[in-house]
Amino acid sequence: MSEIRIIDARDTFCPGPLMELISYMKRASVGDEFELLSTDKGSINDIPEWIKKVGHEMLSSEQVEGVWHIKVRKAK
Amino acid sequence: MPREWRGADGDNRIMSRKIYVLCVSGTREKLQMAAMVASVAAASGDEVTVFFSMNAMLYFVKGRDTEAPAEGEFGRLMANDKGVPSFKQLFTYAAELGDAKLLPCSMAVDLLKAEEADLDPLLGPPTGLTRFLSDAEGAQLFTF
Repeated sequence: MSEIRIIDARDTFCPGPLMELISYMKRASVGDEFELLSTDKGSINDIPEWIKKVGHEMLSSEQVEGVWHIKVRKAK
Repeated sequence: MPREWRGADGDNRIMSRKIYVLCVSGTREKLQMAAMVASVAAASGDEVTVFFSMNAMLYFVKGRDTEAPAEGEFGRLMANDKGVPSFKQLFTYAAELGDAKLLPCSMAVDLLKAEEADLDPLLGPPTGLTRFLSDAEGAQLFTF
């Protein structure tokens, strides 16, 4: 399995974190995993919604010291 | 209402929609909201077309305005926070990540006496309102 790649989108506002994630996902291969770091509260709900809508795989979402860590796998 | 369909792999997904965005105002807040709608919809698989006319066109012609004036408090907040992606950046995401079509109004292009080389490379061909309305018939239309 390839190593999980970190996307640091801290301190950017909606839809910045989502766009950062999408730009990486678009260039990635199926099976690649990403961990998005975000401090934007709105994105915490929006990003899982986008992942579900386009059919990727949400791995986990947790908040550590004020930073959300969203892990996702490219599924298609 | 979004319609759900069952994909070949058994997942329920939202069918892609046609979304048209009519961008008229040149204020920062309206351009920002239009760019947010366009980028998120396009990146989520919707077929997005943005039509720029009136003051919204000024930011897509070389040598014209680059900084959109704030209409109120939110425009000022966004202008002063580096964490807010610019509307130009968001329209670029819409086009590059989601294949959104960004079309300049042919009337506005003519009135500005702009040549094709003067237009932002993000833009598609100058398009008439009749064509835009015809294409947008029955689809969702957002106006800013």
